[in-house]
Parts: sequence; structure tokens; C-alpha cells
Amino acid sequence: MFEDLSVKLEGVLKKIRGQGKITEKNIDESLREIRRVLFDADVNYKVVKDFLEEVKQKSLGENVLLSITPGQLIVKIINDELIKLLGSENVDINFSNEIPSVILVVGLQGSGKTTFSAKLAKLLKKRGKTPLLAACDIYRPAAIEQLKILGKQADIPVFSIDGERDAIKIAQTAIRHAKNNARDTLIIDTAGRLAIDEEMMNEVRRIKDAVKPAEILFVVDSMTGQDAVNTAKSFHDQLDFNGVVLTKLDGDSRGGAALSIRSVVDKPIKFASVGEKLDQLEAFFPDRMASRILGKGDIVSFVEKAQQEFDQDESAKLQEKLRKNKFDFEDFLAQLKQIKKMGSLSSIVSMLPGAGNALKGKQIDDKVIVKIEAVILSMTSDERSNPRILNGSRRRRIANGSGNSIQEVNRVIRQFEDMQKMMKNFNKSKLFNTMRKMNIPPTLMKNLK
Amino acid sequence: MSFFDKLKFNRLKEGLTKTKDDLFNKVNRLVNASSKIDDDFLEQLEAIFISADMGYETTDLLITNIKERAGRDKFFDQSELNTIITEEMKKILADNLSEFKSFDLNVTQKPFVIMIVGVNGVGKTTSIGKLAYNFRKAGKKVLIGSADTFRAAANDQLEVWAQRAEVEIIQRPDAKDPASVAYETVNIAIAKGYDVVLIDTAGRLHNKSHLMEELKKIKRVMQKVVPDAPHEIFIAIDATTGQNGLNQAKEFSNTMGGLTGIILTKLDGTAKGGIVMKIANDMKVPVRFIGVGEKIEDLQIFDKDSFIKALFEN
Repeated sequence: MFEDLSVKLEGVLKKIRGQGKITEKNIDESLREIRRVLFDADVNYKVVKDFLEEVKQKSLGENVLLSITPGQLIVKIINDELIKLLGSENVDINFSNEIPSVILVVGLQGSGKTTFSAKLAKLLKKRGKTPLLAACDIYRPAAIEQLKILGKQADIPVFSIDGERDAIKIAQTAIRHAKNNARDTLIIDTAGRLAIDEEMMNEVRRIKDAVKPAEILFVVDSMTGQDAVNTAKSFHDQLDFNGVVLTKLDGDSRGGAALSIRSVVDKPIKFASVGEKLDQLEAFFPDRMASRILGKGDIVSFVEKAQQEFDQDESAKLQEKLRKNKFDFEDFLAQLKQIKKMGSLSSIVSMLPGAGNALKGKQIDDKVIVKIEAVILSMTSDERSNPRILNGSRRRRIANGSGNSIQEVNRVIRQFEDMQKMMKNFNKSKLFNTMRKMNIPPTLMKNLK
Repeated sequence: MSFFDKLKFNRLKEGLTKTKDDLFNKVNRLVNASSKIDDDFLEQLEAIFISADMGYETTDLLITNIKERAGRDKFFDQSELNTIITEEMKKILADNLSEFKSFDLNVTQKPFVIMIVGVNGVGKTTSIGKLAYNFRKAGKKVLIGSADTFRAAANDQLEVWAQRAEVEIIQRPDAKDPASVAYETVNIAIAKGYDVVLIDTAGRLHNKSHLMEELKKIKRVMQKVVPDAPHEIFIAIDATTGQNGLNQAKEFSNTMGGLTGIILTKLDGTAKGGIVMKIANDMKVPVRFIGVGEKIEDLQIFDKDSFIKALFEN
């Protein structure tokens, strides 16, 4: 996400950083470049104008002119202004004291409301809530069926009334159903609608009046162009929503919608959807996102994610082994499993500083892990704990067993040996200690190199 | 214009109302309020173009052209200025679209295989339903293949559309491999003498290489049965998409070994018909169909003359 924007901005910022003397002229030049980058990223025209005006004012201020490293200072100004655009901190969903607390999900057609509703239900369940999904999209063919299937996948009950043509009635009945079945949160999925469709906007207003939601979330496709702001504004004018959800952020969108909407409707972006799997929904942290856009990575999310998914005991065991230089294929396999739990490799890597530039145009293939796993799984336990015995005929057998060529098996073994060597050096390094404190397995670092 | 054509033209005009109002009324207002072409005027013009999703490059080109002509022709009254701007916009559309003839529903190969690709939520399934309706109206025997084996209830949604269009559909709810469904559909089409095969595919983001590979496979297996299939590969693009639309077209084109057309959906909901201008200027792929509403007859063959007329005519 945002890789493209980040790569482009990094280019411009690099030039600014290097400048020893700041004049109005060279600032103008840089800002013109940034302007273009932002337009190409679909940032709203007016937002870009105000943003650049602000950056320029501050850049020509006394602090910058007197600074020894004016370029650095300007980069900081841009960083701060970006965070301002995105909102300053993560804002959580509102819950009411009533049961159920109602969350209303609205947006345009195809923005991803149904999938988001299911993802949100799953996330809330993880947090200890007992959500109920209500299917109020009576227009799109099979929309209700879709929610039912997703509900099943997420193990969340879905309320619907087959054949009912009144969305308001479904929503109202869903509240009663939630009460009777001890569900504390009700998530209402609605039909996609255009903000200019008066009849449909009227319907959703009536749903709102009928269910009194504690939270209304506006779902928007992150690839939306200049219209994102207008759509958000007119939904906001009519429904006064509480927060924004950005979907499809795992595409190569440059995030114009993300950068524009908040400053126009002054409502926080609360969630970002980053994949097709039901657990690929993240709380939105503006400062971390700004950091990613500027190519500085998002180490905080990275560490959080690692801590969340990695098994403490496993890590401790591994570190002990590393200390004794006893890292074998079994450990390698365990590590791979843990990494897989963190999500796709590309999503992990995108959190690292400079990832945008380093990975420009390259694809990270998650199948690599699967392949390595297959090779290791085709080894006997002797071979796994004592890799030195892997001779030619054993390698051939492993190749056949795992469906790989012998070259591929050799490559995996070589990678493993490299890793062993690296671990040895790691042992002596400061980085290793830091990572040990953060509970991040070194294998991961190696994989991300 | 026949009665039917007129009806269609009116739908098109209606669907483009928002774009027209937004783009041209703004230009009009600007022109009426200005007495000369200066930096301020050009900046405001730029704002209008960028806000219509025309993209920086197309906007830049337009502004440069307008500036040049205005400088050359010296001054003029407001209606002349308006004409210049409109003409330059028209020119970008017309120049780039001139080599493309409108799509002809009277296809000759049999079966004529069309595959629809695109990112999630752009309206592929809906477009297939509407396309099927168009072909059936043109007297063709149509078969739909439901090769979206991923999205929950995609099958059911497509089935409803097939019913509305009154055409047959092949779907295998338990199939995990979309290529197998496509393969089967083409085989049945040959055996039963269908004229047109429409293959729906799952939405996928164009930067996911493994999902893009899957599309290649669908194409490959169909070629085992019909060597020159698919005869058309259309990409569906949501008209509200911004500059990313171009990336989508490029990536899908790379994967598929070229695209033969664009279906521009949801054009009625956006003020940003400017994307057509950008697509015309940046891509050498013709817009084939445009979606201007939710009804089954709201997918129209893109005819550049009607489009330009609907957009520029008062």
C-alpha cells in the first residue's frame, strides 16, 4: 500500500534533504514536484493546494532559514503536515450502553461493505464481543447470500428475512433478534448507493432513525479518484457518520482518498482493509501511515504484529538454540510457520523502512515459503536435525518427494546454511539482543533482508 | 435517429448529466467570470480538469493547447473562449478514439468467447448480465460461464442476472478451479451450438501475482478447445476510480497479453467522466461499453459520436 506514492515522494525529498541553502525558488520547485506526485495519487485538488500552502509558509519561516540543515527541517514539516492530513491518532468505534450496540455500514456500490462487515464482526468477536450481522442489502442479487456465507466462515450469526423487501423492517427486527439472543453488537450491512440517489439515501436515513446506531461507518474504496471527497461529503451531510473505512489498501493505490477525506469531512479513518481474508482488517494509525508514505516504514506495527503472533515459548526455545549454535531444519520450519501467521510476506515487508524503493516493481511471492516447507517436510527427522548427512542421493529423494527439482532443494539447503552462519554472527551482535528483547525471531529478519 | 436510438441516447445523456454539469457548467462559469486568460484563469481551469480525474498529464496537455491557441488567436469574447476550450477537449477525445469503430454485436466466430477481468467491486458480474442481455437482443444464443469460484455467493448473483437476461449459465458451486469451469463452458458451447460465451472471473487486485497467474490459466485452458479464444478480453473499470485505473489496465493487459476493450461502469454516479478523457489519451485500448445505470438495459455500446454529443451538446 502506498508504495508508489512513497517511492515518488522519497525521490523529491531526497533532493530537498541535500539542499544546503533554501530559497523561495528552490522550495517552489520542490513543491511543484510534490504537487504533481499528489495529483497523480488522486489527492483532492483543494487538499493539495492547502497542504502545499501550509508547507511553503512553514518552510520559509525563520527556523528553516537559520537552520544548518534546512532540507531536513522541511522534510519534517512535510511529515507533520501529512500526519495532520491523516488525523493524529487512532480512534476506536463507539459503543452505546444499550444492547445491542448498533454499527451501521454504508457506502457506494462495490466499495466492499459486505466483506468489511464480516471482517469487523470477526475482529469484534476476537475482542470478546458477541456480534450479530444483519443483511439489509435487498437490492443486489445474492448480497444476502454472500453475507450468510461470510458469516459462516467467520463463525458469526447472520440475521436476514428471506423475501422481505423492506430494509428498515429487517434492521428493526434484527435488533429484537440480537436482544433475544444475547448478542451485544449488531452490525448492519446496507446496500451500496449513490449519494445522488435520493430515494436510496432516504432509505438509509430511515434505517438510521429506526435503529439509532452508536456508530456509522462509511466504507470507501481506496482507489477512488477525486470524487471520493464529494461522495464522503454528501454521505456525511446526510448521515453524519462517525468514521471512515478504507478498503482494498493492499492494491497499489497511492492513497489519495486516504489523504483527502479526513480533512474534508473531519472524521477519522478508523480501519483499513488489506486483503481478501477475513482477518485482514487493521485499525488505522495515521502517524504510522504517514511514516510509511514517507518511506520510513512502520516499525511499531511490525513489532506489534510480531509480538501478537509469535509464540513466546517457541521464541525463547529458539533463542536458546541459537545461543548454542544448534539451529536446525526443525527450527527453520517452526520459524516459517510463525512468519506465515503474521500475514503475507509482502504485507510484512511493506512495514519496513525504505521498502517502497527497495521493492519497486518486484513481487514478493508467498509461495516461496510453501516451497521451502515442502522441501523440509520431505526430509527425515534425522536429516532435519543433522543436515550434514544430506548427500546426493538423499537430496534427490527429497526433490522427488517434495515435487521440486534438485536445484531447488540445493537452494533451500544453501539458504539454511547461510542462515546458520548469519545466526552465529547474530549471536555476537547488538541487534540480536535488541530483537531478543522485542521477541522477534532472527529468522524473520533474515527473510526480510 | 430511430425511436429506440433516441431512447438510448436520452439514457446516455441522463447518465452523463452529472459529469456534464460538473465539468462544463464549471468551465462556463469560469469563462463568464473572466475577462482575460491569465495565470489565475489557467489555474482555475486546471483545478476543474484535475477534479474531473483527467490526471495531471492530460490536464497539462489540455492547458498547454488552450494557452497556445488563446495566445495565437489573441482575444475574443467569452463564447469564443468557451468554444476553444470545448474544442480542445473534444479533440483529445476524438483524436484518440478515431481509429476505433464501435463494437459490433454481430460477431462472426462461433463460439465467440469474451472474458471479463478487473479488480474487486467494479461491476464485472453486473456487466456480464447486461452484456448477455445485449447479445440476446441481437439474436445471439448466449452462454455464461461462472468462473468466479472465490467470492461468496458470486454464483448466485450471476444466476439472477442470467435469468434477467434470459440466457443459460454454467456454474459449478463446488469447483475450486475457475479454469475448469471456463473449460467446461466452452466445451458445452461448442457441443450445443452457442454463439457467444461470456466468462465471468473473480475480482482481483492487479498487484497480486498469483491471482493474475490464475487468469492466464483460464485463458490457456480455453485455448485448448478454441485456439483463438478469448476473442475479446474486456477489463471492467469503475468510473469513480482515479489514476489507479491506468495501473489496472496496464497490469491486466500485461498478464493477459493485451486487452481488447474497456467496460466503464458506474458512469452515472460520478461527476468524473473525465476519466474517459484520460483513458483516451493514455491508453490505446478502446472503451467498448459504458454503464450508465443499474437496470439491465443500462449498459450501452460506447459510441464516441453519441458520447461526445451527449457531453458537449446543450
